Amino acid sequence: MTDTILPYLTLGAILFCIGLYSALTKKNAVIVLLSIELMLNAVNLNLVAFSKFGVVPSLQGQIFSLFNITVAASEVAVGIAILIALYRNRGTSNVDDMNELRK
Amino acid sequence: MESYAQFAWLIPLFPLIAFLVLLAAGRQWKEAGAYVGIVATLASFIVALLVFVERLGDGAENYTWNGLEWLKLGDYSLAMGYEINNLNALMLLVVSLVSLLVNLYSKGYMQGDERISVFFSYVALFTFAMLGVVMSENILQLYIFWELVGLGSFLLIGFWYFKPEAKAAAKKAFVMTRIGDVGLFLGILLLFWHMPGHALDFTSIHNAFAEGKISGGTATWIALLIFVGAVGKSGQFPLHTWLPDAMEGPTPISALIHAATMVAAGVYLVARTFDIFQASPAALDTVAYIGGFTAIFAATIGVAQNDIKRVLAYSTVSQLGYMMLALGVSATISAGMFHLFTHAFFKALLFLAAGSVIHAVHTQDIQQMGGLSAKMKITTWTFAIGALALSGIPPFSGFWSKDAILSEAYNSGHYGLFAVGLIAAFFTAFYMSRLFFLVFTGKPRGEHHAHAHESPAVMTVPLVILAVLAVVAGFVMTPFNGWFGDWLTGHAAEEHGSGLVMLLSTVVGLLGIGLGYVMYVKGSFSPETIPNGAPWLHQLVYRKYYIDELYAAVIVKPVKAIGNVLTLFDRYVVDGVVRLCAGVVQSLGRVGTRMQSGQVQTYGLVMLLGLVVLMLAFVGRRFWNVW
Repeated sequence: MTDTILPYLTLGAILFCIGLYSALTKKNAVIVLLSIELMLNAVNLNLVAFSKFGVVPSLQGQIFSLFNITVAASEVAVGIAILIALYRNRGTSNVDDMNELRK
Repeated sequence: MESYAQFAWLIPLFPLIAFLVLLAAGRQWKEAGAYVGIVATLASFIVALLVFVERLGDGAENYTWNGLEWLKLGDYSLAMGYEINNLNALMLLVVSLVSLLVNLYSKGYMQGDERISVFFSYVALFTFAMLGVVMSENILQLYIFWELVGLGSFLLIGFWYFKPEAKAAAKKAFVMTRIGDVGLFLGILLLFWHMPGHALDFTSIHNAFAEGKISGGTATWIALLIFVGAVGKSGQFPLHTWLPDAMEGPTPISALIHAATMVAAGVYLVARTFDIFQASPAALDTVAYIGGFTAIFAATIGVAQNDIKRVLAYSTVSQLGYMMLALGVSATISAGMFHLFTHAFFKALLFLAAGSVIHAVHTQDIQQMGGLSAKMKITTWTFAIGALALSGIPPFSGFWSKDAILSEAYNSGHYGLFAVGLIAAFFTAFYMSRLFFLVFTGKPRGEHHAHAHESPAVMTVPLVILAVLAVVAGFVMTPFNGWFGDWLTGHAAEEHGSGLVMLLSTVVGLLGIGLGYVMYVKGSFSPETIPNGAPWLHQLVYRKYYIDELYAAVIVKPVKAIGNVLTLFDRYVVDGVVRLCAGVVQSLGRVGTRMQSGQVQTYGLVMLLGLVVLMLAFVGRRFWNVW
């Protein structure tokens, strides 16, 4: 069982779906941001799994996931910063109120 | 050789310049516009007179100039230019003279009108167009000026456009003559098709038809189509109804239209293309019978009208019928053109005198007038001369020309038309005497009489000039002296003055006047007898044989009904489709805005759904094997 890719991919899919679901449904912007992280992590999991059990196993997938984690960290930093700025300006963290794109 | 004919192009140029100047100057010029018009037509008249006098000399060559190449299609080229021969030298003289006198008269008549300079610019345009028609060297060029004449008449009839009747009359004149114009245009096309080398100039037309290159059915068709044009312009039955309605225009315009420009164009056209008509006896007969019918038809209507200008209008229609009759029955154009020539003077005279009366009493209803002779000496006398000339009483000009027509009809064996002509002459004499006695003699009726006064000299001088011409113009062609006809046609016609015809036409004219005298002066035979005895007859004539009503019912109403149906179609079907397109796009847009809620999560959901659909399609094609 340890040498098949299936459990990794299943876990990745479950994580991704949970992340997607909550990113689309949750009202709190912080939770949405967290969900996006969850999805990113599912992707990272897939990348690592493929680098080990893929058709052409190599280190590239692992390196790529490292990059991903770095980018995700900076993205979260920027995202949180925006959220805080938004919260200061509008006094809310509810995504339903953030419909500025419409105007 | 230097000749005045080389400078004939100046004749229409002066009115054109006057028109352009007045157009550029606008309304500010007011009365000054009158002087521009008068000077321009005076200059035209002087040149026309010089050209005419030169042509009186023996052996004057026809002068043609066609240096202006207008159209070039491959090998074919169409030139523009002008031609001076005896026929159009005469017309140039008549048109420019009448136009000059009308301009002069209008200065008095239109005094104080807000748009007097606009009026004179229209008159100049109208004169220019008519001179262009007369001088045209080919028939297509003639057609262009012919349409310009139509435009001029439209502008002038509708000059007082704030009167709904004037607006309607202008429209009617334009539409009715347009029917004729279509015929003329088809005739020109047919002519173009059949002429050797597609030449359209009058010299080639003359040669082609004189040599019999076009004959039989083709010639008949061409002649009849051209005649349709003449019927429209010259107010012949069945397209005559616009002419009496055209009385809504200012009176000097009526004089211009009726004497020299508009209606004369039709007769001139037939005379100009007379070779075509001669190639087809059927066409000539049509011309003669339409003319004869119009002559008597309009004369009977004239008997019952109460509007001074309408009586004169119907007499014009009737006299134009005479001219057509003359062209139809005789072998030359001399009798018809002779009547056109004399008619121009006495009809212009009658209209201008009528205008003088209207100017004095401010009404056109002859039942409201009466006893004006005491107050308006010059008008009365000149009107009397015009009326006698129109009635065909010797020695006035109308007698000689009418006599020429009647003897042509008699000598050519058209006895039916001869009788029609005589009866029409009787009616003519009767309604003219009725008009004269009702307006100028007897007791004043109506309240307008008190302030009646003679018109100023600027109006009476043209009257006197025209009166003199109305007396003497007839002597150029009498049964004893056929000079005019010989000069016009270029060869001596045989003299066939008929004492019988002269006697008959005089007697008939005197009878008509006598009846008028008995009815309206002596009162021994009451004018009410006929309306009381046979009211339907009076109504029939008074309502102009219900021709207008007939046209309204048969043509105007159905066309309007079709128009209404098409309006509905337009409103509901065409507009409906347009509105449907707009609606679909609009609702699409509304759906689009609904989707753009600004909710990022909704966007994400939609994107997810789209991705799922794409993936399903991508995966699914393997199973359904559609691609």
